Amino acid sequence: MQRIRALASSAVVVSLLAAATACGGGSSNEGSNESPKTLTYWASNQGPNVEADKKILQPELDKFEKQTGIKVKLEVIPWSDLLTRILTATTSGEGPDVLNIGNTWSSSLQATGALLPWDQKNFDKVGGKDRFVESALGSTGTQGKDPAAVPLYSMAYALYYNKAMFKEAGITEPPKTWDELTADGAKISKGGKWGLGAEGSNLSNNIHQVFVLAKQHGGDFFTADGKADFTNDAAVDAVKQYVDMMATNKIIAPGNAEYAKNQSLSDFSKGKTAMVLWQAAATTFKSQGMQDDEWGVAPVPVQSGAPGAGKATNSMVAGINLAVFKNTKNIDGSLKFVKFMTSDAEQKLLCKTYGSIPPVKAAQSDPAFDRPELKVLRETLATSATALPQVSNESQFETSVGTAVKNLFAQSANGKRPSTADVKAELAKAQQQMASQ
Amino acid sequence: MTTIVNSPKGDPAVREDTPGATRKPRRPGRIRRLGLPYLLLLPALLLEILVHLLPIAIGFVMAFKELTQLYLRDWGAAPWAGLGNFDVAVDFNEPVGKALLHSFWITCVFTLMSVGLCWLLGTAAAVFMQETFTGRGFLRTLFLVPYALPVYAAVITWAFMFQRDNGLVNHVLHDQLGLADGHPFWLIGDNSFFALLTVSVWKGWPFAFLIVMAGLQNIPKELYEAAAMDGAGIWQQIRRITIPSLRPVNQVLVLVLFLWTFNDFNTPFVLFGRAAPEAADLISVHIYQSSFATWNFGTGAAMSVLLLLFLLLVTGIYLVLTSRGRKVSRG
Repeated sequence: MQRIRALASSAVVVSLLAAATACGGGSSNEGSNESPKTLTYWASNQGPNVEADKKILQPELDKFEKQTGIKVKLEVIPWSDLLTRILTATTSGEGPDVLNIGNTWSSSLQATGALLPWDQKNFDKVGGKDRFVESALGSTGTQGKDPAAVPLYSMAYALYYNKAMFKEAGITEPPKTWDELTADGAKISKGGKWGLGAEGSNLSNNIHQVFVLAKQHGGDFFTADGKADFTNDAAVDAVKQYVDMMATNKIIAPGNAEYAKNQSLSDFSKGKTAMVLWQAAATTFKSQGMQDDEWGVAPVPVQSGAPGAGKATNSMVAGINLAVFKNTKNIDGSLKFVKFMTSDAEQKLLCKTYGSIPPVKAAQSDPAFDRPELKVLRETLATSATALPQVSNESQFETSVGTAVKNLFAQSANGKRPSTADVKAELAKAQQQMASQ
Repeated sequence: MTTIVNSPKGDPAVREDTPGATRKPRRPGRIRRLGLPYLLLLPALLLEILVHLLPIAIGFVMAFKELTQLYLRDWGAAPWAGLGNFDVAVDFNEPVGKALLHSFWITCVFTLMSVGLCWLLGTAAAVFMQETFTGRGFLRTLFLVPYALPVYAAVITWAFMFQRDNGLVNHVLHDQLGLADGHPFWLIGDNSFFALLTVSVWKGWPFAFLIVMAGLQNIPKELYEAAAMDGAGIWQQIRRITIPSLRPVNQVLVLVLFLWTFNDFNTPFVLFGRAAPEAADLISVHIYQSSFATWNFGTGAAMSVLLLLFLLLVTGIYLVLTSRGRKVSRG
């Protein structure tokens, strides 16, 4: 019996030690150069699928190895797993050296303290802060702090429309205001065809759309000092306006309430839906068999007038940032890799392939980015896009308000018309969930 | 502790009859023999501690910490929250507690219905399959397919079938059989409960079938023959022989089905994603969302601890009740 107890307790000690050493990595503060010859890179899934991304990125990583002698181990992570994987890596301290993050998560992840801060010294090592577009830098972390990441790919929302369906309905030019859009949508929405597509069960997409509408109503979902404020008039009006396109205007098909896997894009490619609000959709349309001249691109509508700053905001600043894990075992190599990925040449090449806009000024001038749809995205980013609030609980906001919009879409799809009070109640619930944390 | 080692050849007799002289040289051997089973158990014990006990212990500690994103990197440094996380979880007047309670009731109703249906279907099929007939082997294999398929693949297929506009379910129900008016939603709104129930039963009943079928093999044929001679019909045979004989099998079966269904994460998560519809908000996904989507790991851990305590309690009561019932019926 004694013996057994001794065995059992030594087993506990051993396993505790194992756990302690496993966690130990998390508490060291700055990166080191223990293994200067290798790097692990987590890329987000940007192309049509994970395999395609590997094919696109591997030759570039080989190029990097040739230049620097550093071998990069690549893992492409599907969008739906990325945040959870980052959180797990943060907890265990066993993460990659360099990784992609969604730019709206910058502040949330910055608050965990797991990412290397980009101070002057680090920025200098990749060519300086001035190389990047201002709007893209706006979503790299909380204002007043050193950024937690550098911009890698930039994107913006635009209105994609089906030229043939517009012509058939007698519409000569794309709508500039929401009134025009609902009127055009009403002309099209009959006989199994619909005006606008939506992804009602995709929480992030819901957030992007209602954030822009809230800006257009002169408000936001957070107060100036970063407190959640979901039930102000602008926020309520924004959510109601978006959901009403299904419930009242009936230009979004009820079935879109359960869409979350880009089904609205396939509906668009099949000619079932005439318009979608999307970011960099060209490659997807092509992969679904749509010719480039079958669709057109216009700026996302505003309430009245023309897109611009402030109330005429018509997109969030969308994009991917590149971050370095603070406890990397190869800090110099990581910075070299960031420099490589944000170099003019790689920016041109990768953004061209993915259909995104380079956040690096010098790369933007490449003629490849003069294609009409990229011109619209670039204009939007430069003049009329606003970054989502850079607050530490942004990621919680995406879930709670995104779910509220999903629930309202579900009601609308089942034939109800959510009133202003219904919308407010749903948003109040979301806010309470945030506040009681 | 001491029942394991001695060979049946009568070591005890030797020990009693022979004094010191013969005992001494045997001792190291005996100790080795006594220790060997524990030595062999050691790897399993170690793994058990690493894989199960340690995470549970960590979960318990986390439940008492204020573990938000700010302390994620070094959660040991997170401030202690006392019972704060539990207070939030069980304050049923506030949204978090209210949602947890709602999710708990949904899970209870769902589990009762799913386990009941699984058991009923499994038992019926197993009894039916007792008779030999052509094609029995084929049917048995067919019934076990849902049990053999990987959960993720199976559930994602169901998710496609339940789609409103392009799904097979609505196509069959409305277009082919004319049973439904229009195309109802299955993955959002109130119907989602029934969609989840369907998948859960589809996935769970083959296990009941398998276990009951194994249990039936142990009932002596003579019992049925004797009963038939005494004039018992098929229903009486099932009621008086089959069901009572299956009692010990059913005791375990129902318990296991209950625990699996109550805790099921994969089915609702694959079917609905991160934000399950309110009507199908099962507790394990709810806890996942409370920890991972709102980044409040302390509250999530507290909810997990509460869930663990509840399941332990139910299991304890169930085992006491069913064992007592058995003793009484024997006596």
